[in-house]
Amino acid sequence: MPTEQRLRLIAVLALVMAPHLVRVPVWVSLFTGAILGWQAMAAWRNWPAPARWLRLLLALAAFVGVYASYGRVDGQNAGVALLMLMLALKLTETHRHRDMMILLGLCYFVVITHFLFSQEIVMAVFLGLAGWLITACFIDANHPGRALPIRDLLRRSASLLAQALPLAVLLFVLFPRIPGPLWGLPSDSGASARTGLSDSMEPGSISRVALSDAVAFRVEFEGDPPPPAQRYWRGPVFWSFDGRRWTTGWPGRFLDASPDYRPRTAPIRYRLTLEPHDQDWLLALDLPARAPANAYRDAAGSLRTREPISQRRAFTLSSVPGYVLQPDPPPDLLDYARRLPGAGNPRARALAGRWRDGNDAPADVVTAALTRFREQPFRYTLEPGALRGEDRIDQFLFDTRAGFCEHYAGAFVFLMRAAGIPARVVTGYQGGSPGLGDYLIVRAADAHAWAEVWLEGRGWVRIDPTGAVAPERIESGLGGSLGADEPVPYLARGGGDLLRRAQLAWDWANAGWNRWFLAYGPQRQRDFLAGLGLPDVRAMILALTLLLTAVMAMIGAFLIWQARPRGAADPVQAAWLRLCSRLAAAGLPRRDDEGPLDYASRVARARPDCAATISALAREYVAIRYRHGGSRHQQRAFIRDARRFRPGSAPRRPARI
Amino acid sequence: MALTQRLRARTRAWIDRRSPPQTGPVRIHRRRLYILPTRGGAWFGLLLFTMLLGSMNYSNSLGFALTFLLGGLVLVAMHHTHRNLLNLTVRAAPVAPVFAGQPALLAVVLHNPAGQSRLAVAVAADDTVDAQDDAVTDIPAGGDAICRLSLTTRARGRLPLPRLKISTLFPMGLFRAWTWIRLDQSVLVYPRPAGRAPLPPASPGLVEGADRHRTGREDFAGLRRYGRGDPPRLIHWKSYPRTGTLMVKQFDDPRQETLWLDFAMVPGSGIEPRLSQLTRWVQEADHRGLVYGLRLPGAEIPPDRGAPHRDRCLRILALYAD
Repeated sequence: MPTEQRLRLIAVLALVMAPHLVRVPVWVSLFTGAILGWQAMAAWRNWPAPARWLRLLLALAAFVGVYASYGRVDGQNAGVALLMLMLALKLTETHRHRDMMILLGLCYFVVITHFLFSQEIVMAVFLGLAGWLITACFIDANHPGRALPIRDLLRRSASLLAQALPLAVLLFVLFPRIPGPLWGLPSDSGASARTGLSDSMEPGSISRVALSDAVAFRVEFEGDPPPPAQRYWRGPVFWSFDGRRWTTGWPGRFLDASPDYRPRTAPIRYRLTLEPHDQDWLLALDLPARAPANAYRDAAGSLRTREPISQRRAFTLSSVPGYVLQPDPPPDLLDYARRLPGAGNPRARALAGRWRDGNDAPADVVTAALTRFREQPFRYTLEPGALRGEDRIDQFLFDTRAGFCEHYAGAFVFLMRAAGIPARVVTGYQGGSPGLGDYLIVRAADAHAWAEVWLEGRGWVRIDPTGAVAPERIESGLGGSLGADEPVPYLARGGGDLLRRAQLAWDWANAGWNRWFLAYGPQRQRDFLAGLGLPDVRAMILALTLLLTAVMAMIGAFLIWQARPRGAADPVQAAWLRLCSRLAAAGLPRRDDEGPLDYASRVARARPDCAATISALAREYVAIRYRHGGSRHQQRAFIRDARRFRPGSAPRRPARI
Repeated sequence: MALTQRLRARTRAWIDRRSPPQTGPVRIHRRRLYILPTRGGAWFGLLLFTMLLGSMNYSNSLGFALTFLLGGLVLVAMHHTHRNLLNLTVRAAPVAPVFAGQPALLAVVLHNPAGQSRLAVAVAADDTVDAQDDAVTDIPAGGDAICRLSLTTRARGRLPLPRLKISTLFPMGLFRAWTWIRLDQSVLVYPRPAGRAPLPPASPGLVEGADRHRTGREDFAGLRRYGRGDPPRLIHWKSYPRTGTLMVKQFDDPRQETLWLDFAMVPGSGIEPRLSQLTRWVQEADHRGLVYGLRLPGAEIPPDRGAPHRDRCLRILALYAD
């Protein structure tokens, strides 16, 4: 293999593996880089191939190293590390065409492994770039002898890919998609740490999430979006309190019945594209009317899935903003929703006891609690300071009086339960900002917690104690409700400067990407193609076959047309060939083995009448074409003279030149 | 073993029927152009299938995109490989005769009549004849390229040009397109020069050779222009600076002392050894500038000398049939 070819291959290999460098342990990057560098030097200096025992030893070391780092050699992360190491080692024994083909094929395979970790738009750009370069290497490897110039390789590669693109689009749109997974995902698939709601709540758990600008989900409404105050995105509901932490508890885990409800408004239909959060719940506008496929409504009316969501997924949902939820719950459920730990927070219990004794109607107790939040100097802040010891709710309610939504929701539910009113904590998101397109972006910064109390005749009623302290939180989001010195994420602050607009434009592009490209799965495909008049898989396959054949035929016809024999490219040669064919028509065809001068002398012998002309023309032709190329003037003169030459059956006058 | 051999023979016969000998130049037509995936192509197909399954399993849209892009690439590459040979014309330059056992140099001329260059076109001789190397070449748009093959020759006679296989892997190496071409041309193979017998004496009553009468009783007849094959020692150097043309001395010898190389007089038995001996003698006599004639059963070449005469003698030796 020529040196240039090898160096190009090594460069492409390094580029193809580069995005993995942040995902594998440092030693894997160093090992791989060292082998690539070594091989580049070996190609440059023409070093002989390493001995077999050395290669085996290195391969063994790679295996042992990967096992030591990951405890396994399969799975997504260990597999990628092993693939990188083996590919680098394969390079040390790649000398023949056959090995080149294997190695280059594996380069494409490395590209696809990146997509397991990220499917952002930038990865599509990477796909294009890597595909272009690897294809160029393929062309390089299949052109033995003198290496082709890089420009030539890149041009040919681009042309091949450009021709493959329409076929790829057809396949992407029409190839019948099957709902995955086929054999289950490895346990370590996807990115590892995600920011988002968790399956429990304690002071600080939501304010931590709210520090992030990450997108939680995006929503497109079929009609107008509901007003900001109604944008409560219902997530996991917590029933159980142990003095510190709110958890799902018995109804959430074990109660199988979904609560009944009576809608009081028309349903709102929308499409929600959820970023992966590795949890088994969905977010839905309060209150989700029914569960989509592969999901169910849990005992609190929130949506849950059977499997954790580890891929970005889109759901078509409908919700009723006005509702009566579970007007007749089972009594044991209501009892459960009044449970508190046996001891702790005596001041809060005493306060609730006074309300219970003073007022009969639970609705009045709710009002009293909200009034207290509103009128006493409570602060809404991301940095409330840590609460310590056993009686944290007491500390918050009576001492610090500074907290984020989880403090308010938790304390409120505690007070309600202490007053004998069934209550529970609901977490989710509240709000969402419009993107550039026709959709809403809900970010981690919009994470929120509120409460629900059960009131006779009204069912579970949403009460947001944060709204009592900081009403602007509900109307205009986090940025509008906190002081300027709070660490509010940039995008949650609002305002309309250039950077923010650029961010929104980028998000808009991402949303389109997610909506049209990444979410194109079995369901989307069926909907989309049904709209085009392809109702089922058979019709899809038929259309795919027909269109593929048609496009292939067009490409084939174009290529054959390109390969058609052309006349001489050189006008001088063309003029000479036309002259020869005129002579052939006059009965003096040129033999294949005859050069111009021989031919001319034979013609001259056979036709003395035009001997001088033909001899002069042949000499001129040979001079221009084989000797010096001739000036433009000379070429034009020859073409003119050759065109004038007519070997008539008999000369009318002596030919002149 | 016998079965595979029979199969191979039948395949070869079928190929021969499909590609009868043609007079060059032969244009590579679509109907005669075959294409199949290579081993690398099969590997690539397997890889694409794995990538498709992986994309399905992970519902990975970019994975699908890459897999389908490569699928399209395979289909397009197939057309490109096929196109790379289409409409090329193939001919062979006349092959210079060789002695049996020497390699015959075959120059295959590929002409590309299209406006696009054709890269990495390989020419190989069919496996029925030993080809010592195969050649891979690029053919510029509207231009020619020459591939040189050396053919092993074993026996004298006319060696038909082997079946040529014109093939290409370009651009991706996933497919091999090829065609078989038999050109209606042959190589003249002279007998292998062999034998240790000395040149026979000149014909009875005649002096030995030209050597002596040139040096001794000269019967200088004049000068004539130099022709190819004239022995250098007959060149008249003195006249060269004056005239600028090479002249050779001519001698007149009324008695025509001649050396006859006669098949019947070759020692030993067997036709081929004798022909080999005669070949060696022709070479030697030509080298020494002698006037010699050749006599075979049923054929006779009158005495003469020079390269054309030598070639005529070798040719009749090569084609001698008993």
